[in-house]
Amino acid sequence: MSTTTAASVPLDETPLAGVTTVIDKKAPVLFGALTIGLLLLVLLAGESGDTTFRLATGTDFFEIPEITVPSIATTWLMVAICALCTAWSVRLYLARRRTPMWLVVVFALMWMIGFLTWAATGATIPVVGLLAGSLALAVPLVFGALGGVLGERAGVVNIAIDGQLLAGAFAAALVGSIVGSTWAGVGASMVAGMLVALLLGLFAINYFVDQVIVGVVLNVLVIGLTSFMFTQVLAPNAADLNHPPRFEKIPIPVLGDIPLIGPIFFRQTAIVYVLYITVALVTWALYRTKWGLRVRSVGEHPKAADTVGIKVNATRWRTILLAGAIAGMGGAFYTLVSVPQFNREMTGGAGYIALAAVIFGQWDPIRATLAALLFGFASNLQGVLSVIGSPVPSQFMLMLPYVVTIFAVAGLVGKSRAPASVGIPYRKG
Amino acid sequence: MKLVLRDITKRFGTLVANDRISLTVEPGEIHCLLGENGAGKSTLMNVLYGLYQADEGEIELDGTVRNFSGPGDAIAAGIGMVHQHFMLIPVFTVAENVMLGNEATGFAGSLDLDAARERVREISARFGFDVNPDAVVEDLPVGVQQRVEIIKALSRDAQVLVLDEPTAVLTPQETDELMQIMRQLKESGKAIVFITHKLREVREVADKITVIRLGKVVGEASPTASNADLAALMVGRPVELTVHKNPPKLGSDSLVVDNLRVVDDLGRVHVDQVSFTIKAGEILAVAGVQGNGQTELTEALLGLEDHVTGSIKLNGQELIGRSVRNILESGVGFIPEDRQIEGLVGDFTIAENLMLNRSHGEPFVKRGSLQLDKLHAFAHEKVKEYDVRAPGITTLAGQLSGGNQQKVVVARELSRDLELLVAAQPTRGVDVGSIEFIHKQIVAGRDAGVPVLVVSTELDEVVALADRIMVLYRGQVVGIVPSDTPREVLGLMMTGERPEGMTA
Repeated sequence: MSTTTAASVPLDETPLAGVTTVIDKKAPVLFGALTIGLLLLVLLAGESGDTTFRLATGTDFFEIPEITVPSIATTWLMVAICALCTAWSVRLYLARRRTPMWLVVVFALMWMIGFLTWAATGATIPVVGLLAGSLALAVPLVFGALGGVLGERAGVVNIAIDGQLLAGAFAAALVGSIVGSTWAGVGASMVAGMLVALLLGLFAINYFVDQVIVGVVLNVLVIGLTSFMFTQVLAPNAADLNHPPRFEKIPIPVLGDIPLIGPIFFRQTAIVYVLYITVALVTWALYRTKWGLRVRSVGEHPKAADTVGIKVNATRWRTILLAGAIAGMGGAFYTLVSVPQFNREMTGGAGYIALAAVIFGQWDPIRATLAALLFGFASNLQGVLSVIGSPVPSQFMLMLPYVVTIFAVAGLVGKSRAPASVGIPYRKG
Repeated sequence: MKLVLRDITKRFGTLVANDRISLTVEPGEIHCLLGENGAGKSTLMNVLYGLYQADEGEIELDGTVRNFSGPGDAIAAGIGMVHQHFMLIPVFTVAENVMLGNEATGFAGSLDLDAARERVREISARFGFDVNPDAVVEDLPVGVQQRVEIIKALSRDAQVLVLDEPTAVLTPQETDELMQIMRQLKESGKAIVFITHKLREVREVADKITVIRLGKVVGEASPTASNADLAALMVGRPVELTVHKNPPKLGSDSLVVDNLRVVDDLGRVHVDQVSFTIKAGEILAVAGVQGNGQTELTEALLGLEDHVTGSIKLNGQELIGRSVRNILESGVGFIPEDRQIEGLVGDFTIAENLMLNRSHGEPFVKRGSLQLDKLHAFAHEKVKEYDVRAPGITTLAGQLSGGNQQKVVVARELSRDLELLVAAQPTRGVDVGSIEFIHKQIVAGRDAGVPVLVVSTELDEVVALADRIMVLYRGQVVGIVPSDTPREVLGLMMTGERPEGMTA
């Protein structure tokens, strides 16, 4: 050490007397509540019978046989396992240690198996269909969440994801119908998403308007505009203007034939494959490129970015336009894959769930994607269970995706940290 | 590189922040810009750095007139700046911060972090810094963060280096090291502009001194000038630099803090095993580098912290567990460390701010309605007594200068019957004239028999006010020593070292 650093200041620590761990009791409490819930289900509404899990689709390399289990016994077994996990978690809490992630995963899996076994007594659960459908329902959410992550990382809150999805869906249907090409529809959806982003940027970046308010207003604006256009233009000329071509499923050779994984991930439409690439690209670009470093810097400490010669507002502009294009692409999924036509308010608030995925995913593209997949699973579970006729009232099941959202954001997100300057317009000087 | 600023004028509305300021800085020279807070030093440097555009005047580098439309231009021209509030991204690593805006890239714009790490190591080695390129900036102590700022400027080949109030956050030892670094930089031919209001530092390191007051150059001085002369030039009138106070008339033990421990929501222990006693009529000054538990200590005394264990007894009564209002009503006066956030409501008038801690009843509130006559009479009296320079008592507090804002806070806190006064950074960002006044008021409180706890990161202030000095380091008491303890010893204690033969 040279003379200039000879003082005895320890150089790489903050001046604290120490650190104790603060343990959250959310995990044991939540585990306990859920276990008791499952216990009550099997005690009060358990019916004897068998439940079958179908894992194969018929075109795999080899068939995984169907698994049939006695409902009540299996559910009891899962209740027991969940109770064990809960006990373990309580023990860890008392020993002032955190509940590890793997325990949460094991608990969630076992609870879900127990719940499904109980709910589908006397019926068959198409596991592959359930999961593949979850992915499909999650696609717009993932696109929306990626757009949200990008915008917020650059410091712009984007409440308008829902508007971007809806505008994208509308544009894809209209342009897809006129041109007769799915890819033209996708292109139009991206432009539509960017147009919404353009308004967002104009108010939020140039005029310093509160970003949450601008976002909400934009959502209402897009709902109004698309509904008006739908009734006045699209509906009367449905055959010409609201009849877009549809993306076909393209099974990927080899990968698509892997049992379980293949049918879920690799027998999807092209737009889903684009999604995989987008997730990978956004993640790489955000963390590994000059562009990403600058985007993150303007979202964290714009003044610092400014003092090293980065144009803060230009960077924010470019980022939210890109984010708009990505979110808009999610909209195309509705009209070019799910339902081959546009309907008013057809996103059903998916943009807000995507926003929840951004927060639940802690502003990280991969985690936000996983969160969106979880929400997709919750939505699809509701659909599958109502088809096989579960004992849960359908009104309750319809709540499921939103209940999961609230629990996820309010309960399970730990101390997550938003980009420091998100939502704060940057003014020079 | 030779830097010439010629007749720079910068106005904000009707306020002239810089009025035809001219300055010449030669390569291999440390040029000190001395002036009070608000004199216009930082504005001038922000003009130089392209953050502001001058309304008049020009910037000349090596004989060429330059026009900077943004910091990017200034950096490209060879100007580097170490900002008073560090311009570092807290969640980025050192290497990422150093490369930001100047990134070495590989395939498709991918970051070349290895090159950045190498650059950090190379510059660190050249100046003998010990900085880990992969450390996350927010985990580093401020002294090291400042070095990262210097590395950042040097990595862009800055030839003119501006240091804006760089010592405000440093320990005396770190300050000495910084002076050493500045000399090294000077020897390597850089032109250095050193902005400060601390006289001692100026005299130690400067080759030339330019004094600025109210946006104008009021004179040049040589480093051999006396402190009193420099201060007079800076303030515009002769200033009393020392606080005159009589020996304390000590009463009984008034505030007894025993084994205090403060933990935050994240489980970080900010204050640990802190025990001390203040007698009536005594000032105990807490010295330490910012962030070593002082904030949490004062907040715990006022009941603002959630996880507090140990005991705080004021005249025999336990304060822990009581509400803030209850503690205030038991006679605790509190001058918070940030008057703009915690001390005042900027959009309230002076009069309204003066009654903030007495909004629950007599004399200013009766049956739920404000007694405006009483309040206004009180405000007029206090504004006069505390020499608050303002157009009237209905002036908004946010429009006052820092010194006058602080006088309002001090007036409010001292105009009650106090059992304890806690003053955190009572003169931070306050002009020299007001410092004098506020110090007198604090000493007057002590002479009236009130126990006083003063927290300051300025060693000068600690030494001037204290009857005894308590040094905090990492939330623990390094020692409680007499006020005549040599500065070097105090400086060492602020780094956690306990002098020979002393126990806490």
